[in-house]
Amino acid sequence: MNLHELTAHQIIKDKVNPRELRKALEERISAVDKRVKAVLRLCPDKGEVGKGVLSGVPIAIKDNICIKDHLTTCASHILDGFKPPYDATVITKLRNAGANLLCSTNMDEFAFGSSTENSFYGPTHNPWDLERVPGGSSGGSAAAVASDQATMALGSDTGGSIRQPASFCGVVGLKPTYGRVSRYGLIAFGSSLDQIGPLTKDVEDSALLLNVIAGYDPNDSTSVDTPVPDYTKSLIKDVKGLKIGIPKEYFIEGIDKEVKDAVWAAINLLKKLGADYKEISLPHTEYAVPTYYIVATSEASSNLARFDGVQYGLRSKAAKKEISDLIDMYFASREAGFGKEAKRRIMLGTYALSSGYYEAYYLRALKVRTLIKRDFDEAFKSVDCIITPTSPTGAFKIGEKTEDPLSMYLSDIFTISTNLAGIPGISIPCGFMKNNLPVGLQILAKPFAEEALFKVAYTYEQNTEWHKQKPKL
Amino acid sequence: MITKKDVEYVAKLARIGFSESEIEQFTKQLGAILEYIGKLNELDISKVEPTSHVLPIKNVYREDVLKKSLPVEEVMKIAVAKDKNQFKVPKVIE
Repeated sequence: MNLHELTAHQIIKDKVNPRELRKALEERISAVDKRVKAVLRLCPDKGEVGKGVLSGVPIAIKDNICIKDHLTTCASHILDGFKPPYDATVITKLRNAGANLLCSTNMDEFAFGSSTENSFYGPTHNPWDLERVPGGSSGGSAAAVASDQATMALGSDTGGSIRQPASFCGVVGLKPTYGRVSRYGLIAFGSSLDQIGPLTKDVEDSALLLNVIAGYDPNDSTSVDTPVPDYTKSLIKDVKGLKIGIPKEYFIEGIDKEVKDAVWAAINLLKKLGADYKEISLPHTEYAVPTYYIVATSEASSNLARFDGVQYGLRSKAAKKEISDLIDMYFASREAGFGKEAKRRIMLGTYALSSGYYEAYYLRALKVRTLIKRDFDEAFKSVDCIITPTSPTGAFKIGEKTEDPLSMYLSDIFTISTNLAGIPGISIPCGFMKNNLPVGLQILAKPFAEEALFKVAYTYEQNTEWHKQKPKL
Repeated sequence: MITKKDVEYVAKLARIGFSESEIEQFTKQLGAILEYIGKLNELDISKVEPTSHVLPIKNVYREDVLKKSLPVEEVMKIAVAKDKNQFKVPKVIE
């Protein structure tokens, strides 16, 4: 097997030479990224080999996670030239574990999108079909792992941004429980929704990487001070007696029949292996997307207020003559620096928070969020996990949804509730469509029950071959 | 229904410059999105408490211990425009 195709656990087990490994990955990037366009820039290779559980493992980092002295832009023009003076906590943890920081990956600007088309640097292409999107917003990270340009990767998930691209690219994507992983140094989109998580070639690597990045951090007051278990201990092939819930609201009209069939085949396999399933109801599912687009854009409009050209990033040079004072500079820099979708979301959020509309939109959405969270609390009283498709369709074509923001928002219909409720979710490959596009299976569990996710995901994966398929590039 | 005037007002609040044609496009798109969001009005939420945060954490305090900050020279490397250790901006008042 080629070095760039190895998983992290194989690399560790076989004690692969880190220098040869790094070289192999860089060669792979040179060979295929002209077509995939997942990688924005390489991290400098200092030639050192760190010691630790991920010693020498090459990892790709989504471009919204701060790496000290390394250009970090959220794939936005407004962060031109921004080299953070500090490392995000997850980066510190990776360095301490000996990982090799390989490259920054493409994304929708500020994680606003489901296709990685909203990047200032241009779209990423799906390795399974270059005319299609890789999903988003962590599309660069998912495509890099799927095309063997990185052994593993970090993404961020605010409404499905790890799980949906994992599904479209045929890799494993985990959104941990809100508070499980420190957000310090993750450039904020929706602060009450964002979580950093792993994108990997298999479930074992996902557990390995979560082991490294999870844990309380005094620099993030929303990280939770509960012990981090050894997640690799949950890699057990056993689902006997497991109670699975199948939410009827997730198998509705509009879902692709091939996706539905692949997910049901997976449920039936788990049943054969000893699990039991029953239909459940998450009655407020249809309100999740509108709730999300108020909560997330409101938080985003506030978080993105800091990008004004004063301290760092882009300061519009249209300046000089026309820009007479500071306020004009704000307007000009933000007009030049933000892309269309970023502007759309800042505008929607600003409107929802503005005087006279706050109660009708923002406060109402927060109340519906309570109802959505209660649906899950209720469901988890009688089931151990919930299984759904990750996305209603396979990867769509580049350009197909860019002119219709609403239809783009609806591709996250099955992943958004998870973030509103703060629960963990994982997407794993569960089959292929006739046109050879991967299908993703989503498993959800109670807060801080990542171990349950790994156990179900690992059992399923070890009884199937989907995760071993590679796109032809 | 959101009007062109509303959009211009919100753009001012958000400190984003827009061209005339963009304002028109945004009025249309934001209108469609808000109409969809109007779906939330179907629910009776009169007795529901809001969830701004899923975790049961309220205020998080720490001991007031002196720690080193990031070195000023390091941080000032990110400045778009600076004068010694200060960020330089266009004039604020006449």
